[in-house]
Amino acid sequence: MSRPTKAPDKAPDRITTPITGGVGESPLRPDGTLKVKGEFAYSSDLWMDDMLWGATLRSPHPYARIVSIDLSGAWQTPGVHTVMTYDDVPGEKLFGLEHTDQPVMAHEVVRYQGEAVAIVAADHPETARRAVDKIVVEYEVLEPLTDAEEAVFATDAPTLHPGGNLVRHLPIRRGDQHATADVVVRGEYEVGMQDQAFLGPESGLAVPAEDGGVDLYIATQWLHVDQKQVAKCLGLPNDKVRLMLAGVGGAFGAREDLSMQVHASMLALRTGRPVKIVYSREESFFGHVHRHPAKLYYEHGATREGRLVYVKARMFLDGGAYASSTGAVVANAATLGVGPYEAPNVTIDCWGAYTNNPPCGAMRGFGAVQAAFAYESQMDRLAAELGLDPVEVRVRNAMAEGTTMPTGQVVDSAAPVAEMLRRVEAMPLPPAAPTDSYDLRELPGGVSNTTHGEGVVRGIGYGIGIKNVCFSEGFDDFSTARVRLEVIAGEPTAMVHTAAAEVGQGLVTVQAQIARTELGVERVTIHPADTQVGSGGSTSASRQTYMTGGAVKAACEKVRGLLLDIARERLHVEGQLHLDGGKIVSDRHGVLADLAEVLGDEVIDETVEWRHRPTEALDPTTGQGFAHVQYAFAVHRAVVDVDVDLGLVRVVALDCVQDVGKAINPDAVVGQIHGGSAQGLGLAVMEEIQVRDGKIRNPSFTDYLIPTILDMPPMKVDVLELADPHAPYGLRGVGEPPTISSTPAIVAAIRAATGLAIPRCPVRPEDITGTA
Amino acid sequence: MEFHKPRTWPEALAIKAEHPDATPIAGGTDVMVELNFDVHRPDVLIDLTEIAELREWFTVDGRYRVGSGVPYARIIDELGATLPGLAMASRTVGSPQIRNRGTVGGNLGAASPAGDAHPPLLAAGAEIEVASVRGTRLIPADEFYTGVKRNAMEPDELIAAFHISPADGPQQFAKIGTRNAMVIAVCSFGLALHPSTRTVGTGVGSAAPTPRRAADAEAFIAGELDWDSPLPLRDSVKRRFGELVAQSASPIDDVRGTAGYRQHALSVMARRTLGWAWDEYRRNR
Ligand SMILES: Cc1cc2nc3c(=O)[nH]c(=O)nc-3n(C[C@H](O)[C@H](O)[C@H](O)COP(=O)(O)OP(=O)(O)OC[C@H]3O[C@@H](n4cnc5c(N)ncnc54)[C@H](O)[C@@H]3O)c2cc1C
Repeated sequence: MSRPTKAPDKAPDRITTPITGGVGESPLRPDGTLKVKGEFAYSSDLWMDDMLWGATLRSPHPYARIVSIDLSGAWQTPGVHTVMTYDDVPGEKLFGLEHTDQPVMAHEVVRYQGEAVAIVAADHPETARRAVDKIVVEYEVLEPLTDAEEAVFATDAPTLHPGGNLVRHLPIRRGDQHATADVVVRGEYEVGMQDQAFLGPESGLAVPAEDGGVDLYIATQWLHVDQKQVAKCLGLPNDKVRLMLAGVGGAFGAREDLSMQVHASMLALRTGRPVKIVYSREESFFGHVHRHPAKLYYEHGATREGRLVYVKARMFLDGGAYASSTGAVVANAATLGVGPYEAPNVTIDCWGAYTNNPPCGAMRGFGAVQAAFAYESQMDRLAAELGLDPVEVRVRNAMAEGTTMPTGQVVDSAAPVAEMLRRVEAMPLPPAAPTDSYDLRELPGGVSNTTHGEGVVRGIGYGIGIKNVCFSEGFDDFSTARVRLEVIAGEPTAMVHTAAAEVGQGLVTVQAQIARTELGVERVTIHPADTQVGSGGSTSASRQTYMTGGAVKAACEKVRGLLLDIARERLHVEGQLHLDGGKIVSDRHGVLADLAEVLGDEVIDETVEWRHRPTEALDPTTGQGFAHVQYAFAVHRAVVDVDVDLGLVRVVALDCVQDVGKAINPDAVVGQIHGGSAQGLGLAVMEEIQVRDGKIRNPSFTDYLIPTILDMPPMKVDVLELADPHAPYGLRGVGEPPTISSTPAIVAAIRAATGLAIPRCPVRPEDITGTA
Repeated sequence: MEFHKPRTWPEALAIKAEHPDATPIAGGTDVMVELNFDVHRPDVLIDLTEIAELREWFTVDGRYRVGSGVPYARIIDELGATLPGLAMASRTVGSPQIRNRGTVGGNLGAASPAGDAHPPLLAAGAEIEVASVRGTRLIPADEFYTGVKRNAMEPDELIAAFHISPADGPQQFAKIGTRNAMVIAVCSFGLALHPSTRTVGTGVGSAAPTPRRAADAEAFIAGELDWDSPLPLRDSVKRRFGELVAQSASPIDDVRGTAGYRQHALSVMARRTLGWAWDEYRRNR
């Protein structure tokens, strides 16, 4: 083969076998086929022959003093191996993500309906459940505190925690606090309590180890934060509590907090037997945190041209009985409370409170969802007040790169808000409903046959949202990746090992894509996620492709560097080398050798801890600071048909434009946008945990409704890729933004169809028909 | 738990006579849910799925006798043209899986006020055939439902079939749910025009302790319809009919909806279904 001796840089002749399945492509996810065929092993499928089953006794009361607990009935049940309460917790008695305020099991008092009071291990799950029923707890029932605003301000409210009922108050002050405006619109809004409704209930298996520690197989979002909390509660060093990620059946925030981790471990250590716990569907509704219900009071002042002069807001987020991540949710709601708009003067206060309602914490959109419902409703009010088109009023106020946020942070990467609005507006509208025929499946009410077109009015609405990506406010947010390169059976093979939780979003696919692209090898294996490697951080805040993706990229770069050093030495060459299609390639001389040849028996195994750029804490009195790593945006246009007589809604179209910086896996990106939009649709028209007097009234999928295929329209999705120079590959977190904007877009469309104010979501038929 | 799987109907009746507390199981879409949730722990289960005759339907004296074990999916496929009201209701039951397993017999056995088969059975004037070792009797649908999840059967009886005439006129069924499929009725309404007797049958679901007919509405509309030279119905007539249907209900506020909404929705569904049925009648004459 003859080659020019002096080829220019990147001469075309150096291409070798193309690597498929790299960054920017959409290789099939390895778990996809198994999941579709029902063969994927979820955490609830874990099995050991000698295992016991754990079950949990829960409080029936939202607020009560525990007078006595009689465990004898449970102990006397044949098949029961142990029964444990608060007194048996070997280590720290409290845990929590931000505040250690939640007892492993209730002590003296229960603060929410469903709080764990005792646990049992038995040789059969039904025996364990029946033994639980035989535990007699005498309660002195107390009047529950169920209103977040009262919890913070009412002087006669009971104090639920030693430090009071306030979890966090964050004020944001920017500009003139006394600004006035020509046009003022005010509104009070409410967002109901949404559930993550993952399909795989809380479950895991704790196996006692010979060294006195425990091996815990668990479906979670963050192995290391679980490890830290479990170890503390068990009174063990971290290295004696080893976690392995089991098959996760969805998360959406609900697996950030501990559920059965400590309980199963306690039972396993006590009995010396593996213990499995699987929550039932109903129990699951009590077993995890939900989205904070919110009450929001807004006032927007604008010029006659529709430019915002000021935004004032007071928001109350109901954190329920324990803090969970309420503090961070408060920060998001407050700092993103204006939305993707420029407002020179901002006065925002957000309170997160303790009540006796179900605990609330992380859920996709995390504070930004509640704020967006209010600020987008306000933008529509402003448009109506000014006689402006809803898109026009948004475009006039759209933020952009260079905008100063209410926190004083200057946005330093693409923020194409105006363009996104114009693009979604320009998408073709669905055809009008036919007047001479009908298809029930395309009408509100569907096959339930409630209308053949009577009372059906079409409405169009817009919603745009903003979300911070990664952990904020100076949090030391990092991910660890280990990458090993070796030759196996003559083939160069990379192995990627992280502790980052694949929860169904497709992270394992992305990790392999990055390794292929960075190392130029086809064969990549993904090591099961566990705590043998450093933390991958949480699978939340739309951060894993950014963070663990970034860590895998960095680890691959390090491995590549070492490999090329070896190559230079063995091949006696100098200068720039790179990897392509399993070959060592020189800029000057083209293909030099096979990677496999150069590496030989050598194994390169490198671990990298990778951080995003640092952020700062917010000033506690002004809310000023460079608090967020990255901002992400999505916009929706919803078209709905409302049966105005019956109050039934069908979403006809829900088209979306989202900027993702770089689509690492375009199919997965669109999947996230579909799923997020559907979850936002749920919050708009059906999904609500109904709580009355602190009690959940609908803890089952019979009455907690989530959208079906007949509720969710096919979507047009326009994915923009405007690189963020601070992020790996320029990518922007994808998972949360579509959940934020779809809800306000749909509710706006319902308002357009009905002419009603509709200050609350989810919108019920009663709200449309005036029969609440 | 004792489990019986009789192969013949007499065998099933004998077991039921011996164990009056036994729980029959057909499709199991109610029974298994209750077992799994530990709501009931029957001592004796009688699985009826092996009894071939429960899965058959045929015509006797111009009426259908539909075995209690015929699943919704077959009612839709095989009887959709002649029992349109029941077929419309069947299409709204659960999901394809539930429609493949679930049966009208099971719906009658459960006698939930929200059961979707009830309004069309009431509107069509169906009769339920129940049997025991003592014999067989026919219970008119509007005497069958006696209370919340209670029916007129004796402890030793089983549901053999229901008897229903092929539609002699247009039929309609409408159901409110807060999503567009796979939902339990917030309230529902069944309507059947009977040109042969010049009457109108109704059935109101999920809006009272039992499914029930709206007798005043039936009487009112029978007096308004001119069957021989049918004109379009005046809006005021349809509205009045809707009001009377709503008044026949005694709904409650619950997790699925308010009483006020149920009453309102019933009036809307009643006037709409009446309009559709009457227009169809006029078109087909
Ligand atoms: C996911 C889901 C969705 C559902 N959706 C709907 C819906 O939309 N609408 C609706 O109406 N229902 C719905 N149901 C409830 C159920 O499917 C229906 O009530 C169905 O008709 C029950 O029929 P089955 O054959 O499964 O009854 P089974 O569960 O077998 O029995 C139901 C009851 O009838 C008794 N029984 C059964 N056969 C006889 C007999 N021959 N003689 C005497 N008693 C008998 C049983 O003892 C039991 O009390 C749903 C259920 C599920 C699980």
